[in-house]
Amino acid sequence: MLSILSVDTTALIDWSRAQFALTAMYHWLFVPLTLGLAVVMAVMETMYVVKKDEFWKRTAKFWMKIFGINFAIGVATGIILEFEFGTNWSNYSWFVGDIFGAPLAIEGILAFFMEATFIAVMFFGWNKVGKKFHLASTWLTGIGATLSAWWILVANSWMQHPVGMEFNPATARNEMMDFFAVAFQGMAVTKFFHSVLSGWMTGGIVVIGISCWYLLRKRETRFALKSIKVGAIVTIIGTFGVMATGDRSGVEAAKYQPMKLAAAEGLEHGGNGAPFSIVPGVEVPKVLSFLATHDFDGYVPGIEDIKNGYTKPDGTTELPVAEKITKGKEALAAFKEYRQMMKTDTAAAAAAKAKLDANVKYFGYGYLDTPEDVVPPIGIVYWSFRLMVGLGGILLLIVALFIWYGKKNTIEKKRWLLHLGLWSIPMVYIAGQAGWIVAEVGRQPWAIQDLLPLNAGVSSLSVSSVVITFFLFLILFTVMLAVELRILCNAIRKGPEGEEL
Amino acid sequence: MTYSFLQHYWWFLIALLGGLLVFLLFVQGANSLVFRMGRDESERELIINSTGRKWEFTFTTLVTFGGAFFASFPLFYSTSFGGAYWVWMLILVSFVLQAVSYEYQAKKGNVLGKQTFRWFLVFNGVFGPFLLGAAVATFFTGSAFTVDHAAMGETQLSPVVSQWASPWHGLEALANPWNWVLGFAVLFLARMNGTMYMLNNINDDALRPRLRRQILVDAVPFLLFFLAFVGYLLTADGFAVDEQGAVTLVSGKYLLNFLDMPLVLVVFLVGVVLVLSGITIPLRWKESRKGIWFTGTGTVLAVLALFLVAGYNGTSYYPSTADLQSSLTIENSCSSEFTLYTMAIVSLLIPFVLAYIFYCWRAIDKKELDKEELATEEHKY
Repeated sequence: MLSILSVDTTALIDWSRAQFALTAMYHWLFVPLTLGLAVVMAVMETMYVVKKDEFWKRTAKFWMKIFGINFAIGVATGIILEFEFGTNWSNYSWFVGDIFGAPLAIEGILAFFMEATFIAVMFFGWNKVGKKFHLASTWLTGIGATLSAWWILVANSWMQHPVGMEFNPATARNEMMDFFAVAFQGMAVTKFFHSVLSGWMTGGIVVIGISCWYLLRKRETRFALKSIKVGAIVTIIGTFGVMATGDRSGVEAAKYQPMKLAAAEGLEHGGNGAPFSIVPGVEVPKVLSFLATHDFDGYVPGIEDIKNGYTKPDGTTELPVAEKITKGKEALAAFKEYRQMMKTDTAAAAAAKAKLDANVKYFGYGYLDTPEDVVPPIGIVYWSFRLMVGLGGILLLIVALFIWYGKKNTIEKKRWLLHLGLWSIPMVYIAGQAGWIVAEVGRQPWAIQDLLPLNAGVSSLSVSSVVITFFLFLILFTVMLAVELRILCNAIRKGPEGEEL
Repeated sequence: MTYSFLQHYWWFLIALLGGLLVFLLFVQGANSLVFRMGRDESERELIINSTGRKWEFTFTTLVTFGGAFFASFPLFYSTSFGGAYWVWMLILVSFVLQAVSYEYQAKKGNVLGKQTFRWFLVFNGVFGPFLLGAAVATFFTGSAFTVDHAAMGETQLSPVVSQWASPWHGLEALANPWNWVLGFAVLFLARMNGTMYMLNNINDDALRPRLRRQILVDAVPFLLFFLAFVGYLLTADGFAVDEQGAVTLVSGKYLLNFLDMPLVLVVFLVGVVLVLSGITIPLRWKESRKGIWFTGTGTVLAVLALFLVAGYNGTSYYPSTADLQSSLTIENSCSSEFTLYTMAIVSLLIPFVLAYIFYCWRAIDKKELDKEELATEEHKY
């Protein structure tokens, strides 16, 4: 990234980000299913308690078994993520730990213990606690998982749009000024619903897909049809929620991360009434402007505009990146000056602090070298965005078909639909992964938007260390995934406990 | 609430979480004995199902310990995790293996086979407590690192604040025998607590006498290593911090800390006495299975006191042997006053969390686990 840095440093950053991406992507293979299945099985157990029908108990128990197999590996990949902030992004951990650590700690105290406690009651308490206590435990397991999503997405949103803090040169870090701004900012709300509801989609579609497999084999017919019904409702709620929050995400990206939006659209030169690109060469006029600003003539800057500076619709100007870099370097120089003077010469320190304050907004740019550095890998972001939205649209259609034929009671007869249901499982996973690629690759090179690029956040390690742990985790996670899939397939083939449902 | 109070309050919470974590390592301790205690398949199944209903608490406490450290003392998080890279990575890998092993070991289609996953549990059971113990020992023995806040302004060199001074990135801690001593002490303590826990939780006539014997097998090395470490601690030079934040080596610093803070000394002694009496209970009263209540509470108290001695009374809790003035103290490594205050408010929910854990745990453990239950239970590991 930086020409002044040695080859080793560039390699260190690349391997560190590869390791983090690997962990995050593996983690996101398991989390959405946890979030979605939690709702499905809680609804089913509620049916059991309300209708007092053993059928629902056994149905819920089957999906809980799937939940359990998936849950363990989600936990395993999650712990690595938390500690990787320290092990591989140690400078980041100091620079913003004052703010970023808080949601992680709250997640542990409020969410993980709830999950850990009630999951034990859910799995082992059937014959030990009352029906209502058990039902409450099932819901609380899901609520715990969802709360944990809240706090981790608060942390993630803060990286995308840092708010409620101030840089303190005496401690060389950002310090929290406003907890509520951090914990409840608009982007956190959007990201939370977008991610959790995409989890509902995943859970619902996995339930539909597995049920379709039974129907294709003419097994467990009642179980499968009822499961499809619950799965389809959860999926459709999830899908509409994902669409609504996706729309808000676009507007927020336009406001706070215009480069991410420009990259997702491959928009070199923007302007008023910017077109939406479907695939390269196929554009719908004015639609991007509408998506980004809810106004067909709204202004959307392109990649070149951001690099060269542009005037916003409200008349203010966004500086060219080259100038931001200059100001950033001035901020860094003023910071160094302040550090030298802070103990010996109060007047000089105050003067340096004033210089720093004038440019602190561009502090992170000081670590960059050329305007090119602020452009994320466009191809990856552009195509991931299309994959996410395209697959999301197809999945909506598929679920609508399930609901339609479900109403007409003819799902079992439509074998093509059953196959489609099965195929929608990989689709929903690819869409979810693509979504996170847009969100995370789209904000490169920033660990924290405009505040800290990756090269200033990384731990001081040898490249070989990170290469070793990268492959260690790659092998570990891949073997675990293979094991999980085999076990899942076996459990599905076996089907619900007891006689045919 | 002053800034200093908040710093002490958060160090107390870290110490408490540390104490709870070491106690909850009974899961690891018991797992390290899966093959030794479990002579046949049904006995191994009992052991794994017994600890398998508790492992999430240990895991969650470890994660929360990390999260709370991050929020309250971020400079420790960035210095130790990024510096002693290999120690933490090994700890993580062992816990990752554990997390999947329960669920997968007895399931059809687990590819690697039942025994492999059980050996993962043993691996985590041995290396988890040992490495955590060794890592905590460095709170007293020190590590080689430097901290330079001005580095954040570097654009030519690496702008990294915390730098590890040893190319071994944590493995060099194994060159200090005292780190081994505390590592082994924690390992044998975990095994002892694990045996005590199984004695309490599992109802099996064949297993119980063997468990009772095993307590002594682990108690003796535990006591030797533990007393050796305490002896070292009371005579060692400690890293003292003065009012201005300057760090100096003071002989007998940790002994002084105990004497300066009689309450901490009392907590420590009560903890030790409880652990000792817990060991003797199943030996003297053959039918009693209550030992874990004593050793468990004692473990929490003793570890809590050790952490307090490491961080309170003007002491550097994470000393640097490479540059004394880089040593971390609760004053120079903590979050801002605002963050500590905000998190202190959040921490008021901890008693509520402990209460529901206690309530649910009792509901599940009303009756001890036995072979009959495993024969009828649909959901088991």
